[in-house]
Amino acid sequence: MKKLSIPLLLALIAVGTVLAAHFELLDLYIQTVIMFVGVNIILSSSFNIINGYMGEFACGHAGFMAVGAYVTSVLNLMLFTKSKAFGPPLLSPDLALYFFPVTLILGGIAAAITGLIVAVPSFKTRDDYLAIITLAANFIIVSLFINMDIVGGARGLMGMKQIIFAMEDIVFIPWMLIWVFTFTYLTVFIIRRFVTSTYGKGIIAIHQDEIAAEIMSVNTDKMKLVAFMLSSGLAGVAGGLFAHILGYINPNSFGILKSTECLVMVYMGGMGSLSGSIIAAILFTLLIEGLRFIIPAADTLIHYLPLIPDTFHLSQVLKWVIIPLILVILMQFRPEGIMGNRELSDFFPKLKRFYVFK
Amino acid sequence: MSLLKIEGLTQKFGGLTAVSDFSTHFQGNELMGLIGPNGAGKTTVFNIVSGFYTPTRGNIIFKDKPINGLKPHVVTGMGIARTFQNIRLWHDMSLLDNILISQHHNLGYTLLDSFLRNKRYVDNEHRMRTIAMDLLEQLDLIQFKDERPGNLPYGVQRKIEIARALSVKPDLLLLDEPAAGLNSADVQDLIKLIAWIHKEFNIAIWMIEHQMAVVMSLCSWIQVIDFGKTIAQGTPEEIQSNPAVIKAYLGDDNI
Ligand SMILES: Nc1ncnc2c1ncn2[C@@H]1O[C@H](COP(=O)(O)OP(=O)(O)OP(=O)(O)O)[C@@H](O)[C@H]1O
Ligand SMILES: [Mg+2]
Repeated sequence: MKKLSIPLLLALIAVGTVLAAHFELLDLYIQTVIMFVGVNIILSSSFNIINGYMGEFACGHAGFMAVGAYVTSVLNLMLFTKSKAFGPPLLSPDLALYFFPVTLILGGIAAAITGLIVAVPSFKTRDDYLAIITLAANFIIVSLFINMDIVGGARGLMGMKQIIFAMEDIVFIPWMLIWVFTFTYLTVFIIRRFVTSTYGKGIIAIHQDEIAAEIMSVNTDKMKLVAFMLSSGLAGVAGGLFAHILGYINPNSFGILKSTECLVMVYMGGMGSLSGSIIAAILFTLLIEGLRFIIPAADTLIHYLPLIPDTFHLSQVLKWVIIPLILVILMQFRPEGIMGNRELSDFFPKLKRFYVFK
Repeated sequence: MSLLKIEGLTQKFGGLTAVSDFSTHFQGNELMGLIGPNGAGKTTVFNIVSGFYTPTRGNIIFKDKPINGLKPHVVTGMGIARTFQNIRLWHDMSLLDNILISQHHNLGYTLLDSFLRNKRYVDNEHRMRTIAMDLLEQLDLIQFKDERPGNLPYGVQRKIEIARALSVKPDLLLLDEPAAGLNSADVQDLIKLIAWIHKEFNIAIWMIEHQMAVVMSLCSWIQVIDFGKTIAQGTPEEIQSNPAVIKAYLGDDNI
């Protein structure tokens, strides 16, 4: 029973949400926010492998997300829809439902392979230099997509909503919610198993003393390869989900701001804490969505109080200030984040009575 | 039979020759000492043998295979484990994890197995855990198994480093100044421990040590280096009365 308590609880939440969505008890906006929470959990927990458990300072996570988003989207558009760029569908749209997880995983694999451009330099480089390399990788990937006309260039790629419609034609239920729940659960599950195995703890040893790790028989190059590819692969899966939640993507949504969001979530939750990453992803998503309402409200308020000239408006661009600012404040006042490198069960040992992780 | 054979080992760092034309030979399970004044090149010899540096010149043959140029984790996997002059434990994880991770060369399962937690994973994790627990039991460290090494006394940390090296199941154990920083009671315990390990595990031990009491009571053969060059070797008695050694340690009276 203890073994099943967490999966059961999560299944209950997932089924409850899906049912509520199906019977139109949840409006579309709230559904979208829930799905963004899922995507952000995948992003922050996968990024935590590198910046938390392995203790590197990467900062281009969104680049890998972009690869996943584009590869999955292009595959689906090619296979199941009629589009200007890719012509008639190669397969019957009826199959979209069954192939969606496959294309998502293929996007993840493509992102994992792209992860090599960071993994290989990491054999010899650390710290600031590696940070610069990851940043460069992020820019390279984004400009690559901007300059690829077949995927819409800077205008972006559209039409992914049709894949959802194709899925819903088979069975009419909120499929995207189901996929997001499934892949979020799988991600956390895989990472949890990885970092608690003796195999995965090799990356924690690299964090704490890389030379000792190598000399005590840990193949550090291989571990770095595994960690970077796992991390970027999962980011790719997040990207694929993201693309289909929105229905369209644009290279600039995977730029440095998105990577900064990933950084904020990891450092907010705590490096090397999986429960921290999850909590931070939830809080952060709610905060960012909250800004959509807070910024216009604040705008009205300060114009009402005539504090600033009428021609000046607070806009959503303020996000660009607030997100990096959170990072600065975090680093100044609580660099260890909400959880430090501990898990929820370390704070509340009594929780352990109700579940075991396997 | 030859366990380790080093011939003509030379290591240059820019203009500095840290080790020059160093040779040694382990037949089987000897307990040998490597001594010399500060900066003589002792740690450098260990760093080369454990794969951390590729030597400028020379051959290292371990169990009939050349090992110069191999990566440290490969060399360790072949059976050479070591401790460090400045303790290098992983301080933010449990003692048990420290002992488990150093069995990485012999995991016996793949990444995929770690996701699936199949029989192969469970069996191998169990095997490694048994090795670790037995070792901690034998070295009387079991009560600290969940502690972080950073919170334990210095003497215990030295012992943990030795335990971690033993978990590799080495044929050759390199100890770099195991008595450094210990008080005299701890030093006596350490001497007993090393003698016990040598007998119990039946392995070769090569030890760098400044405390003569430790070297003289444990080692059957001692090699002395100064400025990277071997200036003497022999039994403890021979070394103690060797004029070149006394000169290297006490300085030249004529200056
Ligand atoms: N990576 C390196 N680069 C340059 N010089 C080095 C390097 N490693 C060691 N040396 C130099 O090589 C010489 C030998 O150093 P080593 O650490 O081997 O001495 P040691 O005999 O272990 O001394 P101690 O008893 O103080 O530990 C020293 O002069 C040291 O400064
Ligand atoms: Mg030394």
